[in-house]
Amino acid sequence: MTLPENSAPRLLPRRLALKWLATAAAGMTLVGRLSLAAAQVPTKTGKPIGSDPILNKDYKPGELWPLVMTAAQNRAAAALADLIIPPEAGGQTPSQLAVHEFINEWISSPYDQTSKDRPVILEGLDWLDAEAQRRHQAVFAALTAPQQSGLADAICGTTTPTKEFRPYVKFFDRFRHLTAGGYYTTPQGMTEIGYVGNRPTPTFEGPTPAALKHLGLA
Amino acid sequence: MPLITEKELQPLYDVVIVGSGAGGGQSAYTLTMAGVKVLLLEAGRNYDPLTETAMFQTPSAAPLRGISLEDKPFGFFDATVDGGWQVPDEPYTNASSDPERKFWWWRARMLGGRTNHWGRISLRNGPYDFKPYSRDGLGIDWPIGYQDLAPYYDKVEMLVGVYGSNEGLENTPDSPDGCLLPPPKARAGELFVKKHVAKFGIPVIPIHRAILSTKQDADTIPAKLHPGNKRAQTILAEAMRQRAACFWATDCGRGCSIKANYQSTTVHLPPAMATGNLDILPNAMARTVTLDAQGRANGVAFIDKVTGRELVAKGRVVILAASSAESARILLNSKSTHFPDGLANTSGEVGKNIMDTVGAGLSGYVPAFENLPIHNEDGAGDHVYVPWWLYKEQRAGKLDFARGYHIEFSTGRRMPNVGVAGPAKPGYGAAFKEDLKRSYGAYIGFSGRGEMIPNKDSFCDLDPSVQDKWGIPVLRFHWKFSEHEIKQALHMHQTFAQMIEALGGKVSGKPATDGAKAIKPGGFIIHEVGGAIMGADRKKSVTNEWNQCWDVPNLLINDAAPFCSNADKNPTLTIMALAWRACDHLLAEMRQGNL
Repeated sequence: MTLPENSAPRLLPRRLALKWLATAAAGMTLVGRLSLAAAQVPTKTGKPIGSDPILNKDYKPGELWPLVMTAAQNRAAAALADLIIPPEAGGQTPSQLAVHEFINEWISSPYDQTSKDRPVILEGLDWLDAEAQRRHQAVFAALTAPQQSGLADAICGTTTPTKEFRPYVKFFDRFRHLTAGGYYTTPQGMTEIGYVGNRPTPTFEGPTPAALKHLGLA
Repeated sequence: MPLITEKELQPLYDVVIVGSGAGGGQSAYTLTMAGVKVLLLEAGRNYDPLTETAMFQTPSAAPLRGISLEDKPFGFFDATVDGGWQVPDEPYTNASSDPERKFWWWRARMLGGRTNHWGRISLRNGPYDFKPYSRDGLGIDWPIGYQDLAPYYDKVEMLVGVYGSNEGLENTPDSPDGCLLPPPKARAGELFVKKHVAKFGIPVIPIHRAILSTKQDADTIPAKLHPGNKRAQTILAEAMRQRAACFWATDCGRGCSIKANYQSTTVHLPPAMATGNLDILPNAMARTVTLDAQGRANGVAFIDKVTGRELVAKGRVVILAASSAESARILLNSKSTHFPDGLANTSGEVGKNIMDTVGAGLSGYVPAFENLPIHNEDGAGDHVYVPWWLYKEQRAGKLDFARGYHIEFSTGRRMPNVGVAGPAKPGYGAAFKEDLKRSYGAYIGFSGRGEMIPNKDSFCDLDPSVQDKWGIPVLRFHWKFSEHEIKQALHMHQTFAQMIEALGGKVSGKPATDGAKAIKPGGFIIHEVGGAIMGADRKKSVTNEWNQCWDVPNLLINDAAPFCSNADKNPTLTIMALAWRACDHLLAEMRQGNL
């Protein structure tokens, strides 16, 4: 068997949990401004999926474990996801596709491998609103697009961030990773990125002439 | 499938089989088609691929987008039930705490076992693979040769349906006409690799996989498989007609509700049930093989997981097909005055000679794949592969390891997963989206799958102090790869780097300079074999060439435990061919009154 991508198994949850603790502790030193509450080890809520779940039903965020974002964090997450992946003509926004709810599910889960993002994401969302208030006297979700971009530009990594913004670069990177992962795994996102499979066909047609030509194989 | 409960157990069966995967499924099929009354014990729950498979579900329907988790290691949609490298309530141990000396043992607890999710790669062992010691002085020869098993490879290919082609390459057997189904077309990326690695002498050819690229010929195959047995022919023809051809969508690892690929639950067990000769008891965890006063097997003691009671199922013959390591465990746990060191273990070889496949992988980014004109590249898993191609160099002593490997690789735009952003450039908005669209599908991943030579440091025994939930002593693994495997893994990385560069690509990360860093842990490839090897000398082996235990002739081992070597070819097809051959011999012995 060959493992699918992103599927490195975790046999030693305790060891990884300890490693995560060490990382979190180091992060607290680095980002001293973060409040202690959110930087603590996430409290595990809800049960893991288990080894025998029903596979062919649709699951919604919140169905298996409670979601941790506050209403304010949820609004900021929706707005930031929409900024990262703007809709194409006629398409729905990430928030309309509940991508931010997937991120909420991710950070709320009882698994170390995903919930380790919880303090990073929650602190980042709180900072986003606080910084929006400081600059524009409104929460992030209420800002104009240029105002939102102004904040995102400070932490998105395209330019070297100033010292005060440096702690939030990781937040943006992780949030972007999850936004793209959440969005492009929806049917709309799949089509947009160029995935046109997952449909039954009587024969496998193989590469098109245009594809062969593109690769110098025609 | 309508299964029985323990209350419906018959007082005596002709044959009791432990395990319902490739070996147990094939055994049940062959025996029931011949009129033998069979009880199949399965440690896991009943499982119905027709109603339980996640066909067409996208990751957005799954919790956490279906990522790999400790309780679903191959992702949410993977068919495996109650399985993985850790199984609830069923521990195993390792003698060493050194990560390089640990063995990872994958199990599944479900009807059909691992056949529900396996990779479906179905390569025949070649003539060299049965006589490794005779060729290079390493490892152990099988007591049979390719010609002994070839007729059964033919039968299994016709029964389960295998696509592929005949290429006439060294130690890569061709199948007779009528055995193989046509291979699917190669994908664009696969053709690109073929073109650019040809200069290294690396062949890229159609792979063989147990998938119906077209419907089977239900009008002619049944008579070839069951000559003179009209009833079996009728049952098989009907079963074949119930299977649809592949519609080239949804990952085979999820299982297949249209029965287009092989899993025991869709291919072996339905016709076996249709004979009326098969009882299947799920949730039955085998503990020991029971013996009569003469030391002959007469049944299987098992725990009924539903009630927690220990029961015994009686049979004239017992077949273990619980997976190689689990069968070794049952033998070691079956201690008696006749067999104080475990059943069928007068040779001391039970648990010895366990092997996995050598695995190593490397991926890269290929700019030539960027912006490939969009088309459907799903297909059905691997369509092509690279068989081992350096036999001549190995014979000439030009390589520093003894055995070969084949290469599997993946290209193209497959269903996106949550890692789709990968190492995208910083930024967001339209530019970020364009970056992802350009790079999506431009990655290539190579995996080497190589032969491991059995060694004295790799074996399993019973842990003296650890028991599972039911009080059954568990296996303790001892593991060590030899230099042959480690150097082979290094060769894989070097070759993959060379191939990626030949595509104009860039290796992700760095190729290993030490094979010990490249090689996957033992058990990681889930091709464990050995543990009760067959042989011509009863002092050095557990079974004869018919999978019959030397010490207990009415006890057969029909999984991968009798393997004397573990060629780079994936083991499942050989498990089935060996099981069919063993059952044909068993039938002859039963008819002659010898058993």
